[in-house]
Order: sequence, then structure tokens, then C-alpha cells
Amino acid sequence: MMLDVQDVSLSFGGLQAVADVTFSIGEGEIVALIGPNGAGKTTLFSLISGFLHPDAGRIRFDGRDITDREPHEIAALGLVRTFQITQPFAHLTVAENIAVGAHLRLRSRSDALRQAAMVAERVGLAGRLDQPAESLTVAGRKRLELARALATGPRLLLLDEVMAGLNPREIDEIVPIIRAIRDGGVTVLLTEHVMRAVMQLSDRALVLNDGRLIAEGAPRAIAEDPRVIEAYLGAGAARRIREEPAHA
Amino acid sequence: MMRAGVAIVIVLAALLPAPWLLHSDFWLNFAIMALYYGFLGQAWNILGGFGGQFSFGHAAFFGTGAYTSAVLQLRLGVDPWLCLVFAGILGGAVGALVGALSFRYGLRGSYFALVTLAFAEVFRILADSVEFTGAGVGLQVPLRQSAANFQFPDKAGFYFVILGLTALGLAIAWWLENSRLGARLVAVRENEDAARALGVNVFRTKVIAITLSGALMGLGGTFYVQYFLYIDPTIAYGPAVSVSALLVPIVGGLGTVFGPLLGAFALQWVNQFAQLAMGNAIGLNLVLYGVILVLMIMYMPNGLFGLARVSARRLVRRPA
Repeated sequence: MMLDVQDVSLSFGGLQAVADVTFSIGEGEIVALIGPNGAGKTTLFSLISGFLHPDAGRIRFDGRDITDREPHEIAALGLVRTFQITQPFAHLTVAENIAVGAHLRLRSRSDALRQAAMVAERVGLAGRLDQPAESLTVAGRKRLELARALATGPRLLLLDEVMAGLNPREIDEIVPIIRAIRDGGVTVLLTEHVMRAVMQLSDRALVLNDGRLIAEGAPRAIAEDPRVIEAYLGAGAARRIREEPAHA
Repeated sequence: MMRAGVAIVIVLAALLPAPWLLHSDFWLNFAIMALYYGFLGQAWNILGGFGGQFSFGHAAFFGTGAYTSAVLQLRLGVDPWLCLVFAGILGGAVGALVGALSFRYGLRGSYFALVTLAFAEVFRILADSVEFTGAGVGLQVPLRQSAANFQFPDKAGFYFVILGLTALGLAIAWWLENSRLGARLVAVRENEDAARALGVNVFRTKVIAITLSGALMGLGGTFYVQYFLYIDPTIAYGPAVSVSALLVPIVGGLGTVFGPLLGAFALQWVNQFAQLAMGNAIGLNLVLYGVILVLMIMYMPNGLFGLARVSARRLVRRPA
């Protein structure tokens, strides 16, 4: 297994943000982590990537225990996250932003910048290399998050709502990009609110509610699981998802 | 990228003949002091400009360098040129210590600034209280003018030394702009969490930067001692040095290779102008200096270098 999360719990004071969560991800999968707002998805991402440390439980990446490691060490092992609220290096250019990621594996500045240009091509930012990151649109910033993470040469990518705030056309553009990343040998765990994208992309979905994992399975099956419908989707939404592929 | 390297060589070559062109000691002293403040500013710029960690206490490193030179010469008879090396090492060591302590506990922004200020004050009080630093009386380096003794009979010698240090500072800034460490340092300045997520060891990056910054300040301290042959706790560890070191890059352009040099010359002119304009009225020159400073920072948020870059871009665009 590429990622093993075992009985992981974390509480902030009296709030149990993540409770006894256990799951694993195999190499080459695209797994979606879904759940209503406040379910604990981003907290779980922070735990896996080392930004937070759990009160209990272990996290293993590639057989290595990373529970108590720091984010930069985990990134060096090949597990890299993006942020739901994009965190660009605002005053740097797109190329310089991506190069920071590329420097994880490449010492030389010119190699890192060359790598940055290549990655920008893959995510559709090729024309914007010299533009300051702060001038990008929301969609551009989401791509930049993706590009920087990708430039580190990860084996497992944690994508935190890379499609939030995008319009349907922009979503249709980014879906094949993520699929191509997986086909390039990178395992992907993503959180997403855009159900259509989850259905199109993921091999498997995990459903989180109130910090607990309440269901796991193929996205279609999940959409029909009464527990999930009750917790998150609502009956109307479940019906909509069933009908959507017909005109998607 | 390479253009900056070429520009450094050109600037240094242009500055080199100053002692032969400036026939008055007054103007040579003017140039020496401008380069000296430019060098201190460059030291501060490494941590504050590139790394975004605003220190109000760079005197801690400067003073340590100054006292290292003075104490080693006077108490142990160490060669003054060798003292320069020790001053750099000790300035860097104090930088590493202050950095390790404050960054370990995640101090940022104004908290970091205040802690560095506190460190400098602690050093000032210590230097004021213990015997081997000469306490409040300070230390006077005996006059023995010779190049071998790092005391030049004419100002030209000092000019070439400070120009050499300027070259060192420019080279380090240029290297930061073209290296992985520099890229990481700037990333830390822009967004620490994003940098960590991309595998940057934020703590290590900041400690390296403050060590480098401290080492250069230490060298500046030695230069001060050799030029003025006197040091006391207020000169060494007082806030004046800390403020000069941060003002120069802020006026010139933070996180740029040439900002500190530009800022130092500009401030030196402003200072001179204020003295001329206010002539006999004691203190008024400082008021004028302050007013000009406020205006400069208000209207040039990116410093002189940023202003120059914008105007250059406009000039280039105009013919099109």
C-alpha cells in the first residue's frame, strides 16, 4: 500500500475533528475524499502531510512511519499536498513559483527553471511563465498550486479542492490534466465538492462526516449509499448525480 | 540573470578609481561612509530583504564583530587582519544563536523584530558591565598606521577595503538570486506554509540566512573599529547601527542586489543636504532628514531600485 492511515484521531479542545479514521490507498489510484463542509477533510490532509500531528493512530507512506515527521521531510519522501485556499508566492513569477517545487530534486537554478517550464506546459500555464503569480485568476492559481506540487516529482499528490471556484468549462479542462498526472505514475488523493468531477475522475471514494469515515467504495455506489445520502448529499442531489452522466 | 553579474562588475569597475578622482578627503570619506552603510545594508538585506525577517537588532552582530576585533588586538595582540576573519565568524555565530532561538519558537514579524532588539540591548548592557570590553569607557585601538596593521595612512586604503567588502556583499546577493538557497529564502518570505509543503526546511533556511547576515555585520564591525579606532557599548550595540542597516535597503529596494548600495548613497546625500540646508540650527538637519525619509518611503514603496526599474521599463516601451 502506498498510504496507510490507521485509527487516526485529532481533537481541537473539545472538538473531535478527526476520529478513528482508517483507510489505505494503493499505487496508481485516484481516490476522492468527500464530505460536507466541516467534515474534517482538510484536517485529515494536514495530518497526512505533517502540518498537524494526530493525538492517536499511525500514518505510513510507502511502509515508512511518517506520523511524527515534518511537512518538508514528508515532501522529500514524495508526498506533497496543495492548499484549498491557494497559497501562491505572490510577488514571484509563475516560473519562479514552480521552480521552488522543482528545487526539491534539482540543485541548479537553470535546471529548476527548465523543469518549471515543462510542468507549466502540462497544466496549461505555459504562456504565463513570466507573469507575477498575484496576477493570475482563481483558475490560474489553482493550476499553479497543482504545478508547484507536481514539480517536486511526487509519488502521492494530495489535492485539496483544486476545482473549487472554477466554472464548468475550467473544470472540464482540469479533469484530463489530473487524469494525465495519474497516468504519469502519480497516485492521487483529492477532496472535492464538485460531484461531477469526483464521478469522472476517481476510482474510489471515501466519505467523511463529523470526522468519521462513514462509507467507502466506488463513486456510483457511494452516491446510492443511504448513509451518505443522509449525511451529505440529500435525496435530491443523489438523483441529480444519477441523471447527470446522461447529459455530461 | 547573467546581466546582474555583468552589472556588478561594471559598478565595481566604475567605483574603483574614486580615490584618484576625488581629491578631497571630505568626498573620499563621503564615499567610504556610503559604501560602509551600503555594506551593512546588504548584510541586513540578506535576512530582511530576501528572507523577509525584519530584524531591529543587527547591532548584536555588528557589535560582536567590532568588539572581537578590538579585544583580540588589545588583549591578545592578534593581527588585525586576522581579527577581521574572527569577527566574521563570531558575528555569524551570534546570528546563528539568535536565529536558532527565535526561529525554533516560530517567532515572526514584529515578535522576531522585538526579540532581536532585545538581544542587542542585552549585549549592550553586558558590554557596559564587564571588564574585558572596557565597560562604559570603551576600547581605543592605538594608532599605528600601516597597511599591515589594517590602519592606512591615507583614506584610499580604507576605500579599497570597503569596496572589497561591497564586492563580497554584491556577490552574495547575486548568488542568492541564482541559487537554490536564495529561491527557498524568497519562498519563505512570500509564504512559509507553501514553502514547507514543497519540501523547504524553513527553520534551516532562516538560520543559514541570519548566520550569513550576522557574519557580514561582524565584518562591518571590524571595519568600523579600524577606521575610527574606537568602540564603546552604545556605538557597538546601540540601536543606531540596527536602524541604519535596515533603512538603507528599505530606501534602496528590499531583496534586490543593488538596492542597499543605491539606498546608502541616496541617504548619504540626503544627510549631507540636510546638514547644508539647515547649517547652523543644531538638530534641524535631523528633522529635515526625517521628513525626506518619510516622503521617500511613502512615494517609493519598492525603493529606489524599484522606481528605477519601472522608469526603465517605461523608457523601453515608449518607442514602440
